[in-house]
Amino acid sequence: MEERIRQLRMEHITKRFPGVLASDDISLTVDEGEILALVGENGAGKTTLMNILMGIYQQDEGRILINDREVHFKGPEDAFEAGLGMVHQQYMLVPNMTVTENVALGYKKAWKPLKLDLDMVRSRVVEVSEHYGLAVNPDAYIWQLSVGEQQRVELVKTLCLGARFLILDEPTSALTPQETDELIELLKRMKDELSIIFISHKLNEVKALSDKVVILRHGAVVFSGDTADYSSGDIAALMTGHEIVLPENKEPRVQGELALSIRNISVRSDRGFLALENLSLDVHQGEIVGLAGVSGNGQRELAEAINGLRPVESGTIEFFGVDLANKSPYYVIDHGMGYIPEERNIEGIVPSFAVKENFILKDSDSDRFSRHRFLKKKVINDNAVTLKDQFDIRTPDTSTAAGSLSGGNIQKVILAREITRAPKFLIAVYPTRGLDMGAIEFIHQELLKKRREGIGILLISEELDEIMNLCDRIAVIYKGGIQKVLTHEEANRRTLGIYMAGLKEEE
Amino acid sequence: MDLIINILSMTVPFSVALLLASIGEMFNQRSGVFNLGCEGVMAMGAFLGMLVPFMVGHGGPVSNGWNWLGLLLAALVGALLGLFFGVIVVTFRAPQGIAGIGLQMFGVGTAGTLFRHFVGGTQSIPGMANTPIPVLSRIPVIGPIFFSHNLMVYLAFLFVPVAWYILFKTSWGLKVRAVGTHPRAADSMGINVNRTRYEALALGGALAGLAGAYLSVCQVKMFSDELIAGRGFIAVALVYFGHWHPVKIMGGALLFSFAQTIQYNVQGLGIDLPYEFFVMLPYVVVVVVLAFTSRNQTTSPSALGKPFNREIRT
Amino acid sequence: MMDSRRFKILYKVSVIVLAVLATLLLSSFILMILGADIFRTFYTIVITPLTRVGHLTEVFVRAVPLCIIALGVAIAYRSGIINIGAEGQMAMGILGFTTVALSAPELPRPLLLPLALLAGVVCGGLWGFIPGILKAKLQVSELLSTVMLNYIAAQFYSFCLRVPLLDPAEALSGAGTPQSARLTTSIEIGRITGRLHYGVFIALVLAVLVYLFMWKTSFGYKMRASGAQSRAARYGGINVPAYVTLAMVISGAFAGLAGGIEIAAVHRRAIEGVTNNYGFSAVVVALFGMLHPFGIVPASFFFALLIYGSTLTPRAVGVPANIVDVMQGLIIIVIVTTQMILQNTYLEDRLYRRFCARHAGKEA
Repeated sequence: MEERIRQLRMEHITKRFPGVLASDDISLTVDEGEILALVGENGAGKTTLMNILMGIYQQDEGRILINDREVHFKGPEDAFEAGLGMVHQQYMLVPNMTVTENVALGYKKAWKPLKLDLDMVRSRVVEVSEHYGLAVNPDAYIWQLSVGEQQRVELVKTLCLGARFLILDEPTSALTPQETDELIELLKRMKDELSIIFISHKLNEVKALSDKVVILRHGAVVFSGDTADYSSGDIAALMTGHEIVLPENKEPRVQGELALSIRNISVRSDRGFLALENLSLDVHQGEIVGLAGVSGNGQRELAEAINGLRPVESGTIEFFGVDLANKSPYYVIDHGMGYIPEERNIEGIVPSFAVKENFILKDSDSDRFSRHRFLKKKVINDNAVTLKDQFDIRTPDTSTAAGSLSGGNIQKVILAREITRAPKFLIAVYPTRGLDMGAIEFIHQELLKKRREGIGILLISEELDEIMNLCDRIAVIYKGGIQKVLTHEEANRRTLGIYMAGLKEEE
Repeated sequence: MDLIINILSMTVPFSVALLLASIGEMFNQRSGVFNLGCEGVMAMGAFLGMLVPFMVGHGGPVSNGWNWLGLLLAALVGALLGLFFGVIVVTFRAPQGIAGIGLQMFGVGTAGTLFRHFVGGTQSIPGMANTPIPVLSRIPVIGPIFFSHNLMVYLAFLFVPVAWYILFKTSWGLKVRAVGTHPRAADSMGINVNRTRYEALALGGALAGLAGAYLSVCQVKMFSDELIAGRGFIAVALVYFGHWHPVKIMGGALLFSFAQTIQYNVQGLGIDLPYEFFVMLPYVVVVVVLAFTSRNQTTSPSALGKPFNREIRT
Repeated sequence: MMDSRRFKILYKVSVIVLAVLATLLLSSFILMILGADIFRTFYTIVITPLTRVGHLTEVFVRAVPLCIIALGVAIAYRSGIINIGAEGQMAMGILGFTTVALSAPELPRPLLLPLALLAGVVCGGLWGFIPGILKAKLQVSELLSTVMLNYIAAQFYSFCLRVPLLDPAEALSGAGTPQSARLTTSIEIGRITGRLHYGVFIALVLAVLVYLFMWKTSFGYKMRASGAQSRAARYGGINVPAYVTLAMVISGAFAGLAGGIEIAAVHRRAIEGVTNNYGFSAVVVALFGMLHPFGIVPASFFFALLIYGSTLTPRAVGVPANIVDVMQGLIIIVIVTTQMILQNTYLEDRLYRRFCARHAGKEA
């Protein structure tokens, strides 16, 4: 009989990465049947701490105790052995394997010398999924499953490996509001049998689910206490350290001329299926249109198709009267499109290039930065210094490799480049993903400023708060089509959630 | 008809070196490591394989056991070279393409250096004799094509289903496929990513060494600097061609071997083209095949060529 | 206690020292198997060629093609495409050069030499265009395609020397040694002393031009951006496939040029073995020169030294000349490994903390 985990303690955990103190003398305790919310901004060190708990990282100092006995996990297999299990934010599932094979990766009992006993694994999967009411098809390939289904697989996988102590890293970040509610209900039921650490920065979920809350900031515990005693506002203030009120779009809506008019476009994904099917959408000058939806519903393909990075099978993309479909990225940029791409580290900047070199990525041939193809060194340097100050980019100097900057500063480099090119239109894809509140605030302000200047913006985001704060209109994307377009006034979490889940009308 | 049988009965044994090396490379790539050094490992294998029977018999006949010992030594050193490559690209995470070129130069250079020192010039050895399979080899057409070769030929083709079984039906194969596709997931499940890659590299290296020794001991029965002649690179290309699947790789190996065999039957075929163009043919076929198969490889191991570092988040 | 800046320098220096030691150790291991005198072997390779002018000129003769080809390899490498095919491109360049030289010997020198060199450049460039376009349009691994094209070029080269370009005198005498007729003297590049020729200056001028092109023009900027992070370059409106193809064409053109110069200045007729593995060695030279023209110039001298020195070893110490291939392979491996270790801030950080901890412990 496996031992119950009556109590788990982490004491004085410290972990350093080059230049960063990721965990700074952190201590926390979880008792049996408890749900602890680990709260903090992006980059506060929540995931690092949990990776230490799972044996994926080794702490530099401090110790972990289960039932008052110190444990040393050299790797995740030791943590599984002790009854711990973690569902990572980015799902740890091998896409071209079946659910059963994915579970088998950790299910050592089925590893016979000359044969892998997949039947044994499959029956275990079925047993666990029935016990917890988590429907999964053990023979489905992961790539065939939706995000919500994959999360169920992750939970089943973790439970199959005998987890009695669950760690969930931002489990709701890819779910619709309704799926989130379901998950919260499920976790509440599972609490009878398990202890849970729940990482989040969404305070309503923290309030709804957790018994205790620990708040991290810059790698250190700044607060811990019973959730019931504090309001969401209190926790928010402790999380960011200072009162940050994100800017909202409160000014009257001035719809200008039609800037971007997408008509019935169909686009294929990398895997070859239709990621966008007959999608149509209009954006005018002077408005921010938000594209809400669970990621993976065609957002990436839409942005790439508009920017000439992905072939369009049918339909048109009218941009101030010019069709952009199947044009080159250069053509699109030349017609005044600004673009903040999804993966800032590899799509937005050339990481090994200096900051100043990244500023001219789109303009190395322009008269401003070169003459007869020879680069104007002085202009390039001066431009970089100006932008560094104007956008408050924290870098030792403008010759530093852009890839060595923090995420927020990289995003500022991209934003500075795109905005100062004086675009006629801006597409921003997940512009604040993974950034801290200060950087988010800065980027929101810049976007609103461009809107005031009369520029149209298409904002693709998975953060409903961001979309509801900034957008004049909100289009919901689902399985490659626009499900519904709502005005700012019509939108709320509930209605957006319904459309994001693919339901047409309120039922 | 005789000509066709003649060509095909050469195609089968000539494909063995490609087949073994390519299946070895398949295991490397399935685990996420692209080993362009295959050519160099084959060269070392070819040299060591013939060295053993040569040293024992001074070019004269030796008992077959020495031939097998040569093959075994080649496989062993091949495995060691695979592990050496692992140190470079798995532990130190050097870029795999260029490091592979380094291993290739090192292997070919070392084999050439040692060959000149220990053997001197071109020296042939009796090599491994053919072992026709009783009864089966008497069957017309099929007999000479499939059942009249040396033992290594049969073993190599028997290894194809074995490789398939290892890859898809054992826990080790599951690990290899996982670390080649989503190493982070494998790591989170307690699988030692680097260790698994080392294991795959050792197996791949052993097979490449064996493939080289097959050439010198069983096929050509001598060693020279030009013996491998790009077969290591063709083996790598075959892995793409065969979509990382042992059975399809076998098909590819036979196809390329067929293209190579033609040069030995030019006169019989009555085609009036300079000799050089037939020697060129397999390489041209590789380029053409690569042109048609490289694009949109959705089946490729997605972590191929990417070193794993647990502490760097992507 | 040591500050982090000084530790950084110490770290870098010790990694490089270790890398050199590793190369020497691994080559010594092979020499040990041969039972050779390790010190004398290295002395013969690295020092002997420097001791006599006759040797030294031969070193320079080898440095010229190495330098020119390595410049091209570096342009390609910086643009994200690795050219292992210079060997074949050089052979094709030689064929182009020789064909023009043989077919229009009556042309005046100021016209004939540039025209023939241009033919070499074009043929090499075309042979580079194939893997370039295959990579850009069809994602064919250039490592594989260039190697295959080397074998194809080698066969085509021997065919040409054996049949269409065969020296009529050879055909008459019946010996049939595969080589072209001797070229007209008006196409020769002059020699300074020994076999050392004025191609040296061509190589040096090219190094400066490559530097200006890659680091001072928007062409070079775009090519480097394509190589450093092709996705970001593409998102930035740079036509990455075009620049990658262009880079490979330039790289092939350099190899073709090197071939033409080699014929015009050294051999004066096309024969077997002119390429002399320069195409592969140039990859090592480019890496060793840190993919920068001003590093490549000294690096090409160093490797020319190794290549020439190794031709002396069979007689001097009984070590086969192939030892240079062993060393080149090892040097590639060591360079790329060393670079990764130098970039590994995690390792550096960990060592630094351990270092500090030990020092703190001692002081306490």
